[in-house]
Amino acid sequence: MTDLSMPQTRTRSQSATGKIALRWLLYVLLGLFALYYLMPLFVMLTTSLKSLEEIRTGSLISLPREVSLDAWKTAWSGACTGIQCEGLRPYFWNSVLIAVPAVAISTLLGALNGFVVAQWRFKGANIIFSLMLFGCFIPFQVVLLPMARLLGMMGIAGTIPGLIFVHVIYGLGFTTLFFRNYYVTIPAELTKAARVDGAGFFRIFWSIFLPLSLPIIVVTVIWQFTQIWNDFLFGVSFSQAGTQPVTVALNNIVNSTTGVKEYNVDMAAAIIAGLPTLLVYVVAGKYFIRGLTAGSVKG
Amino acid sequence: MSEWLENHLPKVVLAPSFIAVLIFVYGFIGWTAWVSLTRSKLLPKYEIKGFIQYDRLFDSPRWDTAINNLYVFGALFIVIAMVLGLLLAILLDQKIRVEGAIRTIYLYPMALSMIVTGTAWKWILNPGLGIEAMVQGWGFPNFKFDWLVNPDYAIYTIVIAAIWQSSGFVMALFLAGLRSVDGEIIKAAQVDGIPTWRIYTAIIIPSMAPIFLSAFIVLAHLAIKSFDLVIALTGGGPGYATDLPATYMYAMAFSRGDIGQAAASAMIMMLVVFAIVVPYLYSELRAKND
Amino acid sequence: MAPILDIQNLYKNYGATEILKDINISIEPGDFLVLVGPSGCGKSTLLNCIAGLEPISGGTLSIGGKDMTHVSPKDRDIAMVFQSYALYPTMSVAKNITFGMKVRGVDQATQDAKLKEVASLLQIEPLLNRRPSQLSGGQRQRVAMGRALVRDPKLFLFDEPLSNLDAKLRVEMRTEIKKLHQTLDASIVYVTHDQIEAMTLATKIVVLKGGVVQQIGTPAEIYNRPANLFVADFMGSPAMNLIPARVQRNGTGTQVAIARDGADPIVLTDTRDLDLPEEVILGLRPEDIAESGFRAGAGVQEAACLVDMVEPAGADTYVVSELGGKQVTARLHAETSARAGQMLKLAFDMSKVSYFAKATGERLN
Repeated sequence: MTDLSMPQTRTRSQSATGKIALRWLLYVLLGLFALYYLMPLFVMLTTSLKSLEEIRTGSLISLPREVSLDAWKTAWSGACTGIQCEGLRPYFWNSVLIAVPAVAISTLLGALNGFVVAQWRFKGANIIFSLMLFGCFIPFQVVLLPMARLLGMMGIAGTIPGLIFVHVIYGLGFTTLFFRNYYVTIPAELTKAARVDGAGFFRIFWSIFLPLSLPIIVVTVIWQFTQIWNDFLFGVSFSQAGTQPVTVALNNIVNSTTGVKEYNVDMAAAIIAGLPTLLVYVVAGKYFIRGLTAGSVKG
Repeated sequence: MSEWLENHLPKVVLAPSFIAVLIFVYGFIGWTAWVSLTRSKLLPKYEIKGFIQYDRLFDSPRWDTAINNLYVFGALFIVIAMVLGLLLAILLDQKIRVEGAIRTIYLYPMALSMIVTGTAWKWILNPGLGIEAMVQGWGFPNFKFDWLVNPDYAIYTIVIAAIWQSSGFVMALFLAGLRSVDGEIIKAAQVDGIPTWRIYTAIIIPSMAPIFLSAFIVLAHLAIKSFDLVIALTGGGPGYATDLPATYMYAMAFSRGDIGQAAASAMIMMLVVFAIVVPYLYSELRAKND
Repeated sequence: MAPILDIQNLYKNYGATEILKDINISIEPGDFLVLVGPSGCGKSTLLNCIAGLEPISGGTLSIGGKDMTHVSPKDRDIAMVFQSYALYPTMSVAKNITFGMKVRGVDQATQDAKLKEVASLLQIEPLLNRRPSQLSGGQRQRVAMGRALVRDPKLFLFDEPLSNLDAKLRVEMRTEIKKLHQTLDASIVYVTHDQIEAMTLATKIVVLKGGVVQQIGTPAEIYNRPANLFVADFMGSPAMNLIPARVQRNGTGTQVAIARDGADPIVLTDTRDLDLPEEVILGLRPEDIAESGFRAGAGVQEAACLVDMVEPAGADTYVVSELGGKQVTARLHAETSARAGQMLKLAFDMSKVSYFAKATGERLN
């Protein structure tokens, strides 16, 4: 946008000090809000580095007197999620095992679907796309019961392949949307030229469209990874002891009623569970935001 | 045969996904709708019995609480997140030197799982050692902030955490909107000597109506689906004081073994979402096709 | 010789809307066929149908004597140049040109040889390693043509290939395409909405409107003997003057009266033997109306007209006068002394007049 901070001729004479004061106020406000957003992260981090003793006696926002990584160790490999006490580690890997294939499959399918819908328009393609898009919006509660039964019938209830399957199915709407919106901006003449050149469907996809798609692949992969990693509803509904994703395990650690409440372990566990997506966000924030805004202008 | 395949390959490629969506979205909705009309308890029965599940649902005080909570939570969450998001966007729109860094800070909660957010806020808001204890420690021994365990106020803690999680995202939406306003119009207004705040209220914000609508849809959608945050922060408690439709549905489906109730509550959730989303999607798609 | 392209009774519908209606076109090898018409007339759709990119709803289509009605684009032995050039953005110029051969499994040595040949023909050797995004509009245009030429097809299809270039470059490329056509003796179907492009390039023009062929003919036929009011108005710039007139027959020939506001009608005599209805639209090109004394011949008739406007255009000066309720343009020599508001004697070359039926717009003579 044009810069609104440009000194306006009408007010220039008024007072330069007033302007400077306003500017300061602006920065102070922005800083306060930044503190508000950072505070929980700060508290989590400091709490995770304190001993239980210090947590009980000290203040919420004080820095740890003595930095201890014990809570992190416990959170990773010793904390109890109900009766088992193996920490987050196995569940963290469960999440990886679920997220990686689910992201890969749903992204690939989304790319192919988007390619078809955007570049090979046929009668009914728009209706099909609308119907698929619509699937993004349903509250998943409405499919939980039949899906639980179906997974049971397929014999993959409570397994990691079962969760991969669920995430792929309900991720398709979004991945298709992302690629469709990207490919729709590429002139249809490109496909026509390649067809006249003799290339078939997959050749055109592989040689011409896929090499063009890096930005949208990054956006889609980040979006899907964040969604799947952070999922709780499917994880808690369709897993069993041993196959739970990290979010479910974290919740179990935090809400397990056995023994003393170890807040420092809870916080360390929360950070571990949040770390992968946070890392993705820090490294590829631009693409993350693009996915958010693109995806959530519709959903 | 190969000629046919060549001509229809795009459809063949799209077909599995489309069939999957037909079955797993529309078919499953149909299944749930059907079951919501039966006397299913622990196991689904398929004999239609009319609207008894809905009658039970609307008679249930727990569902009543969940719906009331949804009103309170939804209204506060949407309004505050939008106001805060817009304010932040306008503040950030003033040629801020470290805009990128600040934006990153405001938005990072969106990358976190609601479970992580819930865990963090559960700790911060816990009366024994959290904010309450901290302020008391500062020399205000009578300070009370026990919303998390107070049945009348616990729902507001969910509002607090949800806003922390989502307001940065609303800011990003609005910021993109502010930036897409035609620069010439603003220049013209500046030349006319219109003060900055008037430019915002009279020109920029009205032209962002579609973004307000998008933000509203997204937030409303988030509110209705809210589940993880409640589970992590309050577990629906104290008692069922912070139940939302999503947690009600889950409890009926997986701990109470009342499939009929679960299906009926899920259908109500879906109808609410559709009531909000369908007109929006319809207008979006129509605008696109023109 | 068998026609290189033969289209018979072609129909194309999208749902209930008819895009193309009963198209019949046939061209000989070496022909340069231009499909011209206003936007939305179906000319690009027709080209896509010829390419096989759009299925046709009825009729037949053969290329090089072979029925291609249901054959897929890659087997039609055609090459196509697109309006947006449609260069593959992630491939170098060389790869863009050889992609088609690579897909068809042509061996590397042949690919290299052909690439070299085409690159030198189009003078794009220095560009071969660049990406399309690093090229100017004109260079992209050349590469797009190279991609078509290298295939050495039976038929070239051009879809408004010059419309994205600026005016100067467009004229240059036009000349080059014409030269290429002559050197290669290629058969070309070319789509444009620009009637000047059509006139300069074509050996044969098809004028389309609303999915219906209005006229097929050589540029001269189309220009001098337009088949109806639409063609008359569409082809030529400035457009043909189309003036309502009344026909009065008397012994020597046909007398045509053109009404004027606030003055007596002009009566002009056409000495040709014509059978015309009472009311007609008279069509006369601006260059067939000259200043008195600058045009002679059997059919030339003079009349004084009120000059409404004078528009010098460098080589010529256009003079506008209201006749029969229409703004009639005459193309005068540059040094004319005509002034607005003055009465000026104009010479009408009646031997060049086209007559159209008032009701149907069809040509009458």
